[in-house]
Amino acid sequence: MVQALDHLKETASQTAGPYVHIGLTPNFCGIGGVYDADLGTVMVGEKTLGQRITVSGRVLDGTGTPLKDALVEIWQADAAGLYNSPSEMRGSADPAFLGWGRCPTGAEDGVFRFETIKPGKVPFKDGRPMAPHITFWIVARGINVGLHTRMYFPDEVEANAADPLLLRVEHRDRVATLVATGSAPNYIFDIHLQGEKETVFLDI
Amino acid sequence: MSDRANRKPETGAFFPRDRNWHAPALTPGYKTSVLRSPQKALLSLDGTISEITGPVFGHSMLGERDNDLIHNFAKPGESAIGERIIVHGRVLDERRRPVPGALLEFWQANAGGRYRHKKESYLAALDPNFGGCGRTITDEDGFYSLRTIKPGPYPWPNGVNDWRPAHIHFSIFGHGFAQRLITQMYFEGDPMIWKCPIVNTIADRRAIEQLIAPLDWANTIPMDARAYKFDIVLRGRRSTLFENRMEGN
Ligand SMILES: [Fe+3]
Repeated sequence: MVQALDHLKETASQTAGPYVHIGLTPNFCGIGGVYDADLGTVMVGEKTLGQRITVSGRVLDGTGTPLKDALVEIWQADAAGLYNSPSEMRGSADPAFLGWGRCPTGAEDGVFRFETIKPGKVPFKDGRPMAPHITFWIVARGINVGLHTRMYFPDEVEANAADPLLLRVEHRDRVATLVATGSAPNYIFDIHLQGEKETVFLDI
Repeated sequence: MSDRANRKPETGAFFPRDRNWHAPALTPGYKTSVLRSPQKALLSLDGTISEITGPVFGHSMLGERDNDLIHNFAKPGESAIGERIIVHGRVLDERRRPVPGALLEFWQANAGGRYRHKKESYLAALDPNFGGCGRTITDEDGFYSLRTIKPGPYPWPNGVNDWRPAHIHFSIFGHGFAQRLITQMYFEGDPMIWKCPIVNTIADRRAIEQLIAPLDWANTIPMDARAYKFDIVLRGRRSTLFENRMEGN
């Protein structure tokens, strides 16, 4: 016998189901009076530093139909490339920017929309700069384990070409699934759950 | 932001997710997954600073009744109908370390199995005093608790006669965005757990059993509410001693 490692197993994920909005955005789905406001709806204030942008898009299923019951969360660095997190050891992030947002896809059109700022570059593990990007997490009915991906910016051609994560994408035509369309300040990022244009999702 | 100041910085990357423990993306028994499951391989990458970091939610954002679903939607002096229960437990990581400051959000059907949602079509009655959502933040030892009514089982259009066992949905926000997790809690002794296509998306019986909260008789409050214990495990973090970055732990 050897010593036990004594690790626990991560609690298994289960789908967020069709009523995820009751729990995460109750005001959005008509349950008022419990919380003052839904978390993550306002990302940017007057004092927030950086270039204002909007990121909108849809989450599409294998037939190309937008999901109207999905929930999207984003996490990003501030304009200087610092995360507002205790695990950020490189400096203090902009106190007027949490860097986290949450948005349901619209019940009518399936569109999510974030008003935020353009993030700065942050380093990869080996110190190389990563191109500016926003981390996405998508949950919905029919998704058993929340999906992680990233959005990069179409006007950062050079930085994207040197980005350590994008360089890891084996099938080069799939890199485009991680790059938004549109142009500053309005970017569009559609997420394809499957099919020819399936977004590159991350096991990270 | 005192919640933040007290926290020791954690800079290690997370243990890889055991994809055989979790449900796969495509689980045809749960029909909605068929068109919503990625079919290509995930791109695997050791966590970067974009995933090992995460926002802090301070206790100050919580309202007094946020974790009391019996009262947080009820008219003054009234309460939700149903079996009164307490759900409590700890949020730990895979290294058995408590996760303080984790944001837990939960939602559920009412005692009759009906959700307060415009897309809900089950004929069971709405309870005017039950909203169905709550939230809390774990204390410095990772403990949390909430008070609610036991949700009812409900039918759903998957197979002709599929029912969900009684369950509470949990969303957990730990210390890193890579730990983000949504799951469901079930109740000890419910025979419907093993018939449920959503439960059965998980192949490993032990992983399912980890979602079933036992009746916690010792913590039951006499003449008031029975207690169920539900511990939640988030991904563990590597020690940072040998990480290839400037700052150690
Ligand atoms: Fe449910």
